[in-house]
Amino acid sequence: MRYLPLTQPERHAMLAAIGAATIDDLFADVPAEARLEGPIAGLPMHASEIAVERHFSGLARKNMAASDHPFFLGAGAYKHHIPASVDHLIQRGEFLTAYTPYQPEIAQGTLQMLFEFQTQVARLFGCDVANASMYDGSTACWEAISMAGRITKRNKAILSSGLHPHYVSVARTMARFTGDILQTGIPQLAATTDSAQILAAIDGETSCVVIQYPDILGRIEDLSVIAAKAHEHGALLIAVVTEPVALGAIKSPGEMGADIVVGEGQSLGVGLQFGGPYVGLFACKEKYLRQMPGRLCGQTVDAEGKRGFVLTLSTREQHIRREKATSNICTNSGLCALAFSIHLTLLGEKGLRDLAMLNHGMAVQAAERLAQIPGVGLINDSFFNEFTIELNKNAREIIHQLAARGVLGGVSLGRLYPGEAALENGLLIAVTEVVTAQDIEALAVNLQELMA
Amino acid sequence: MPRYYTEDHEWIEVEGSSATVGITDYAQSQLGDIVFAEVPAAGAVLTKGSDAAVVESVKAASDVYAPVSGIVTEGNAALEGDPSLVNSDAEGAGWFFKLELTDASELDGLMDAAAYQAFVSGL
Amino acid sequence: MSGLNQSGWKPAMGAAEMADAPTYTGNRALMLEEALIFEIGDGATSGIDLAPAPKVTGRLGGLGRSHKIGLPGLSEPETVRHYTRLSRQNYAIDLGLFPLGSCTMKHNPRLNEKVARMAGFADVHPLQPKETVQGALAVINDLAHWLIALTGMHGVAMTPKAGAHGELCGILCIKAALAARGEHRSVILVPESAHGTNPATAAFAGFAVENIPATSEGRVDLTALKARLGPDVAGVMITNPNTCGLFERDMKHISDAVHAAGGYVYCDGANFNAIVGKVRPGDLGIDAMHINLHKTFSTPHGGGGPGSGPVVLSAALSPFGPLPYTARTADGVVHLIEEADAEAFEREHFGAPLQSFGRMTAFHGQMGMFTRALAYIMSHGADGLKQVAEDAVLNANYVLRSLEDVLDAPFAHSGPCMHEALFSDDGLAEGFSTLDIAKGLIDEGYHPMTVYFPLVVHGAMLIEPTETESKAALDQFIGAMRAVAARAKAGDPALKSAPHFAPRRRLDETLAARKPVLVWKEPDRVEANP
Repeated sequence: MRYLPLTQPERHAMLAAIGAATIDDLFADVPAEARLEGPIAGLPMHASEIAVERHFSGLARKNMAASDHPFFLGAGAYKHHIPASVDHLIQRGEFLTAYTPYQPEIAQGTLQMLFEFQTQVARLFGCDVANASMYDGSTACWEAISMAGRITKRNKAILSSGLHPHYVSVARTMARFTGDILQTGIPQLAATTDSAQILAAIDGETSCVVIQYPDILGRIEDLSVIAAKAHEHGALLIAVVTEPVALGAIKSPGEMGADIVVGEGQSLGVGLQFGGPYVGLFACKEKYLRQMPGRLCGQTVDAEGKRGFVLTLSTREQHIRREKATSNICTNSGLCALAFSIHLTLLGEKGLRDLAMLNHGMAVQAAERLAQIPGVGLINDSFFNEFTIELNKNAREIIHQLAARGVLGGVSLGRLYPGEAALENGLLIAVTEVVTAQDIEALAVNLQELMA
Repeated sequence: MPRYYTEDHEWIEVEGSSATVGITDYAQSQLGDIVFAEVPAAGAVLTKGSDAAVVESVKAASDVYAPVSGIVTEGNAALEGDPSLVNSDAEGAGWFFKLELTDASELDGLMDAAAYQAFVSGL
Repeated sequence: MSGLNQSGWKPAMGAAEMADAPTYTGNRALMLEEALIFEIGDGATSGIDLAPAPKVTGRLGGLGRSHKIGLPGLSEPETVRHYTRLSRQNYAIDLGLFPLGSCTMKHNPRLNEKVARMAGFADVHPLQPKETVQGALAVINDLAHWLIALTGMHGVAMTPKAGAHGELCGILCIKAALAARGEHRSVILVPESAHGTNPATAAFAGFAVENIPATSEGRVDLTALKARLGPDVAGVMITNPNTCGLFERDMKHISDAVHAAGGYVYCDGANFNAIVGKVRPGDLGIDAMHINLHKTFSTPHGGGGPGSGPVVLSAALSPFGPLPYTARTADGVVHLIEEADAEAFEREHFGAPLQSFGRMTAFHGQMGMFTRALAYIMSHGADGLKQVAEDAVLNANYVLRSLEDVLDAPFAHSGPCMHEALFSDDGLAEGFSTLDIAKGLIDEGYHPMTVYFPLVVHGAMLIEPTETESKAALDQFIGAMRAVAARAKAGDPALKSAPHFAPRRRLDETLAARKPVLVWKEPDRVEANP
């Protein structure tokens, strides 16, 4: 077995040194009735590298890869170009095969990277501080709601109908068990959001208001008014960003008064990967620092006075605080955070702004082209790189028909909101820098034919 | 002024119906460098044995319990800016909070200095 | 003669002293210092060339960004150098033995990296139509099949993102199952030796947590556990093998007692590596157990994540597991059962209404980890996985017996250990601690073992060598441990200030926590806000 270095003579010599006759002597504490004799039945034996690779190549070919087709899916996971150096760097063994940096003297690489990552995220979101990452955007969103509850000592959260439905589902799952009360809604196929209803709903019992920016339909709205109303009632504003590239083009949520900003960082440096692993971003105002979940990296000095970094404020965390911890999270998404940070370093301020404007420009062109198709209506007044159109037919069916023609045409609202008849003709279209004019034309032509 | 001690390593010094509470020098030495202390706000109502404050070192977090019941009159604001006061002067400037006793008889179950010393040397 | 060494080059060895001489750069040959991106980059530089944006009328709703973000950029060569330099300040399993107990730092096969990066897996969107992702769904379904077979359980929830998320999944299943029975039970029992995630998870899900004591042998006190069971106890969370590196011999009795009292048994599967292919948790009466794919099944730790924490479930808990999940039907099609399809699918195939507790995460779980774990499992096969457990246990016992004469091993008298060997700080010189041994090991070129955990042993040192270490590697590590232990027992003052040879000396964690600096600020702003 290629991954096991011990030889049979070595195994015997080691057993002799231990004073055991056979390997089973070492499993003496396992009751005989629980011990399996021989390998587990019904499973194949070991396989060569060639055989395993061949098996996976076969399975991989059964999938339509985004890069091989006109591709317009978004809804919380975006296809951006990842520079070659990102994947090269994250595969360096010293990053890939390191553990959580609990021994800082020999983990300065990971720690300095995390310090840089935290600073990048805080600045991008317009917040004072950020943590060293969460699992993904959806779990970060619940953690933020939970944190707002700890801060305000209230348990009623208002979730905008523009929040990604998976994020709503995750929150609903948790709230069912924690007893938190969530106000949720289904979005309407309209250019205006539910912000008027949200403003009306905020009261002295509200712990937080959760708004996605841009929202699930791609709409962009000023958060300042809601922030002010929330603060007036002692509630917090949580902003959720599922497409961080947008913040190269539009104001940050922090600038508009958000207290906690969470997001999905997949867009930068991390591939689509059929949904994971991704990287949850979590930032907030400094005054709420001690209520944050997750690991934090901080700057300090070593015994010789040299600058260095350590994991800090660990008393919030489960390994010290146990049942009184701010969260049960342990493992985060360190390697994806590294990919995010490298991609953002390569971009820099100028690159991110250029990338954002390129995305926006392509998306505007696509929206204008698609709106020319008879039977297609553009829902959004405002958007960044994703917008919603309404078809004259069931969009979920159209998506399957487009796929059969080799076009991966977006995310149908029917997939995201099953059973909502008012939304079943709605289609989300994401347009990033990897989309070409030909791709847009391919989508438009096929869509027109299918809708005719 | 009489000073009493608990088995959870709090001290309480009583003057009339008022008292000052902190953690013992032994407790701070066990915790190591204190990096954070959270003290109750004036007006907080405490019952004997309930969580009253939090003290944290780099690798440990502990709750400070109310040695007796009472209403908090002041938290030690100095600890917020300089938690190391708990290390340097645990039984003086590193006090945690002052309270107005609601049931002075609760003091009867606490140890005096000699009893606490004996208790600690047995740990 | 024609020319006398015109270049002037004469090999010379030089003197061996001057080791401490300062250098202009602060570097020490291959040990290279690296500034922060904020100190070396600027907002005008970019390492990426982009096509110009098309000229359009913007539709940003009047919210165009006007303020600077403050993100520095670097050219590609500067970027590659920055991160390469940083990487060299890390210890890693690729560099040497990484004996962190309960963390299972084993070799990460590169085949797994290769298959995970195949475009058919790495470049597919989670919401693509299901007919366009049959291969990806097959990977999830195949891995689920293996995990069920290896654990002897009834079902598996694949979506949890990491071990602690898996714990949450299991605990939510228990809560949902109790609710379905119309019962409200509020307490979860957790042994003192448990990982911190166990009590934190139970509390996060709204349970009260109570400790169960350990015996002097380092195992769960069955008598005390039985005494505490009652109508308010929802279940127990037990790690097996436990964090003292011991198999819980009474596990089946524990399960039977908990079941008899109406509760459920959660098993923390962090230490599954010791028993994979040897023992099936399903045979021990366990109702739910998470499997850290980044431990037993070798997906890389990546400096702290990502992980992946599928949860195997008993027949009693399976109906309550999260959405979505995969299912292969007789026609060979792999279905992704999401909210839209779940009710109809379960009525048709299971003849029962939907009981899932809901969704735990956006999309379908850690696909990138599934491909890696499945490649690892297929590479080993049923025979190789059994050998994994045997070699992991053999290596740990070899370390235990090779060190028990120089370090206190509190539970060594009770028999063999499983995959990790536990020592305490008993017997070190006055003023010397576990921390000093850990830092001394750094100078010897090793990552230290897990320290100060489990909490039931003072100054705990938990060593998990894993099966991917050769005997020669173990012998050298044992030699280093013996040397450092001897220094700690002799009171060598140089050990108190170790490490001496790492990129940094001991770091001031007190300063970091008292005055947290969590983001970089321009120096003038630091001065303005002291």
